[in-house]
Amino acid sequence: MRRPLRLPRARVIFALWLALAGLLAASPALAQSHVVILSTTTSTQDSGLLDVLVPLFEKRTGLTVKTISVGTGQALALAARGEADVTLAHAPGLEKKYVEDGKMSNRRLVMYNDFVIIGPAADPARIKGLPKAVDALRSIAESQSRFVSRGDKSGTHVLEQALWAQAGVEPKGAWYLESGQGMGQTLGIANDRRAYTLSDRGTYLAFAKRVDLPILVEKDRPLLNIYSVMEANPANGPRVNAAGGKAFAEFMLAPETQAVIKTFGVDKYGQPLFVPVAGKRDEDL
Amino acid sequence: MGLFGQGILEALRLLVTGDPEVWRITWLSIQVSATATGLALLVGIPLGALLALARFPGRGLVVSLVNTGMGLPPVVVGLFVTILLWRNGALGFLELLYTPTAMVVGQLVIAAPIVTGLTLAAVQQVPEAFRLQMRGLGASSPQMIRVLLLEARLPMLAAVMAGFGGVISEVGASMMLGGNIRGQTRVLTTATVLETGKGNFDVAIALSVILLLITFLVNWALSVIQQRRRE
Repeated sequence: MRRPLRLPRARVIFALWLALAGLLAASPALAQSHVVILSTTTSTQDSGLLDVLVPLFEKRTGLTVKTISVGTGQALALAARGEADVTLAHAPGLEKKYVEDGKMSNRRLVMYNDFVIIGPAADPARIKGLPKAVDALRSIAESQSRFVSRGDKSGTHVLEQALWAQAGVEPKGAWYLESGQGMGQTLGIANDRRAYTLSDRGTYLAFAKRVDLPILVEKDRPLLNIYSVMEANPANGPRVNAAGGKAFAEFMLAPETQAVIKTFGVDKYGQPLFVPVAGKRDEDL
Repeated sequence: MGLFGQGILEALRLLVTGDPEVWRITWLSIQVSATATGLALLVGIPLGALLALARFPGRGLVVSLVNTGMGLPPVVVGLFVTILLWRNGALGFLELLYTPTAMVVGQLVIAAPIVTGLTLAAVQQVPEAFRLQMRGLGASSPQMIRVLLLEARLPMLAAVMAGFGGVISEVGASMMLGGNIRGQTRVLTTATVLETGKGNFDVAIALSVILLLITFLVNWALSVIQQRRRE
């Protein structure tokens, strides 16, 4: 008796999979020593700075950069696993921990801008003009005024948590919202809910047209937003492109690159978004 | 509504002026999703036909798995395939992560169960009596499968539409596997997320309109074929 299906199906399926494997193998992505994986934060990408710098680097070196924009926490974690070669981040405390653990090396300052605390013009927590960001957060918590947090382990979120800790407040309750999204979306939520939030100045400027929450607190030293570049330790994984990572780090610090950073944003926002600081140390700022 | 109007105008402007960035993004979206759908057909049609006709222990379980797979969350597929493709992952030696190929793989995993499941349903709706009759007339199994697939070809166009529609509109897997790299792996959905994040809502709406236009055109073309053949 014939069984209903005795065609050489195993062979057919095997051949299909073979064809698939062939397609995969034929993909152009194989020889990759010329590829550098840069893990960085969403703010650098959202500002458009990397869209200017990366093509310059590629033209100069012939290397290809794959820019992975994620929160600072994930950017560092990826490099620590050997999944990225170089990281551009903005959470000095966290970065130093990775350097101490030997996962990252050669941390060097690239540029800074600053954070601002914004909120509704009615200012229910009465923080306008306070010199200290910590005092402002304490007032927000005490008055139970709505505050939107990134809640995503980004550099901005890490700074925010440090400020709450300094203020001696454990932020929770109905007034404290965690968006879990990028700065842009978080600004949108804060605007919608008439809430306070902490934003980097660059993204805030980019959204100024759509967000009518004025700047209430600024220019406090802890609100400096310092970007550093650091290289992944080759021991993090077998495929780390150490030379490529180093080349990108050097590029970010080169005088020509720093000159580009210095004027970036002027045409669009009427003021630069970043201040280049190659060669300086955290203490110098 | 102002913003939507602006976005639609922006879409028209980008298309008419032939903005190279937008065309590149659009073209890559089509390439990646069409390749993934094509491969999904290669895998899904034989597999679906097989499941429709073969009887073996555990078949019920396999069919349930396929049906579950039809609703695989793209973000879960993205995460699992990403981990496989990591440099230190099981398939890391292929160095595929953050390439269009990686996105094709992810979308293939999403589309293959859809095609399989819909093929299975299409072949099964061919009346049992027809199959018995064919066998009675001495058709071999490959012959039978061919005839059945021909018979089921119209409902199977639905599989193509659903597969393509599913992958060109997904964002979770493409974001993780491609990385939304400008000029390399940026597609319409990931670019929409990015432009929204940047606050360029008009551009985001424009990209969405282009995406809708593509899915409409593809489904319209397939529907025309489907309806014409039916007459």
